[in-house]
Amino acid sequence: MADIESTCASLRAQILATEAQLDGLKRDLANAEKASKSRASPAADEHKEQNDNHEGRRWPLLPEEYRRYGRQMIVSQVGLEGDCLVSGKEAKTTRQLKLRSAKVLLVGAGGLGCPAAQYLAGAGVGTIGLIDGDTVESSNLHRQVLHRTKNVGKYKVDSAIESLQELNPHPTYIPHRTHLTPDEAPTIFENYDYILDCTDNPATRYLISDTAVLLGKTLVSASALRTEGQLMVLNNPPQPAGDPEGGPCYRCVFPKPPPADSVVSCADGGIMGPVVGTMGVLQALEAIKVITAPYPIKAAAGIPAPARESPSLLIFSAYSNPQFRSIRLRSRRSNCAVCSANATVTLNTIMSGSTDYVFFCGSASLPSLLGPEERISPEEYRQKHPGSAAGRGSTMIDVREKAQFGICNLVNSINIPISNILASSSKKSQGQESDQPPELPSWIPPEVANSESDDPIYVVCRLGNDSQIAVKRLKELGLDRDGRRYIGDIRGGFRAWREQVDPDWPQY
Amino acid sequence: MADSTNGNSAATISITVEFTGGLEILFSNEREHTITLPARLSDGSQPTISYLLQHLVEHVMKDDRKGLFIMEDNVRPGILVLINDADWELEGEENYELQQGDNIVFVSTLHGG
Repeated sequence: MADIESTCASLRAQILATEAQLDGLKRDLANAEKASKSRASPAADEHKEQNDNHEGRRWPLLPEEYRRYGRQMIVSQVGLEGDCLVSGKEAKTTRQLKLRSAKVLLVGAGGLGCPAAQYLAGAGVGTIGLIDGDTVESSNLHRQVLHRTKNVGKYKVDSAIESLQELNPHPTYIPHRTHLTPDEAPTIFENYDYILDCTDNPATRYLISDTAVLLGKTLVSASALRTEGQLMVLNNPPQPAGDPEGGPCYRCVFPKPPPADSVVSCADGGIMGPVVGTMGVLQALEAIKVITAPYPIKAAAGIPAPARESPSLLIFSAYSNPQFRSIRLRSRRSNCAVCSANATVTLNTIMSGSTDYVFFCGSASLPSLLGPEERISPEEYRQKHPGSAAGRGSTMIDVREKAQFGICNLVNSINIPISNILASSSKKSQGQESDQPPELPSWIPPEVANSESDDPIYVVCRLGNDSQIAVKRLKELGLDRDGRRYIGDIRGGFRAWREQVDPDWPQY
Repeated sequence: MADSTNGNSAATISITVEFTGGLEILFSNEREHTITLPARLSDGSQPTISYLLQHLVEHVMKDDRKGLFIMEDNVRPGILVLINDADWELEGEENYELQQGDNIVFVSTLHGG
């Protein structure tokens, strides 16, 4: 009997303790919700926050914030007192508050944007905006570390914010589910203090830089491809156009865009996750450095900005030694179209469309090089040459790069990477008599070069562009024997092959 | 003899040239090249970056796609030229006179992200 009574007493005590704990949790939650609301609408609640910070509380940060950010706050570069704008007034306080009052916009929620946002959120940047019109794809997941497999198909900004909220519920996250367009860029940028360029194409990079300069925002710009990355802090300090003390902008460094056909995307060139991740993390670091810099962000009129690090370009190359290299960059260009006294680009020309970024950067032209009789669809090919292997009664040349050929290839197909074809001189016979047969370049394998056969040659690639270039080159070299031997390409490449002939073909 | 103009072996300078950002593909997939140039050109002047560009295109670059490296006798837009780790615009651009041991880097801008 005594046993049962003591069990009951113990249970009653446990219930009481648990109820007390529950009450405590509810109180904590109410406080946290109040705090997060007052941060969600900063304009309306500035006054309230000030009360919270200075009247209701002894310390400027919440207890949870001290615990959360303590490890970075004991680093002097972040924790030391500095001049901060607190509720519109300058005050000397911990620079952690600078992070909390900072509003940072990340353009792009992909390979750069994900790690950058992750570290900025972790560090306690108060307002983080993300702009991206894309949805999550499986091929993003190896590097875009905020997105989860279950979120494939969801807007990247929503997927990212979901992860960020789990990481740190304190900041305000603002999703912009759209691609950045010139007519909207100034309105969106206006609400932020700092801009991170985490995009993937030149036209958007110029748009971001121009808008950031004209609105006086410092810009942290990064890019990556394959095994390399680049990083620049631009418009730092963000002096008005015409002030040579301001930092150079993207146009100062690259006044003219690269030819469109020299621009390679991650989808075409490939990208290693940790490479682009490194660059995104470095962007977050540079942003934190700029935000917590120990001098006023904007130099007051008449007072020169304190000397800063000279502008530089950081180059990362995963397979080089050393991996990192910092290059001194020029200062502002005196004839820059945006940040000089002779500027021609203004917010008006951007928003009205008279500064035309698509025209400025051009678009890679992929004209059909071959006539319809030189092309064959995967389906037609399969009808002409049934059976799973290539090579019976015809030759199949696969011009994808070696690494791609290694992923999947047709049995009996011959791999001649397009880079080998393009890299060799097209001059046929240097210094030879014209009556001699032209010497074939070394990239043509002997079984093709020495063949007496008139069996057709088919050329295939990933999407059906490189294959056309290769067909043209093979014909220029005379392998079609004045038309006796058919040379053509598989229209649409292996993407079409997968759709029309072999649904099991790996889609990479 | 202090005068090095005697003999039949003309004085030369040696520099290193590096290609990154994908440009190495145009140069036999080699990132680093050691280039030997005459210390004095036939007109008595020193070789400049302009001269180096011409030399690279004529003697080092085997790839046909010259337009991915030069346009209108200068590097194409989107390529930064670095002279001893500084933007060439700090050093006089294509008129910079090459010195023994210089390190010249050609960087193609990346756009992926």
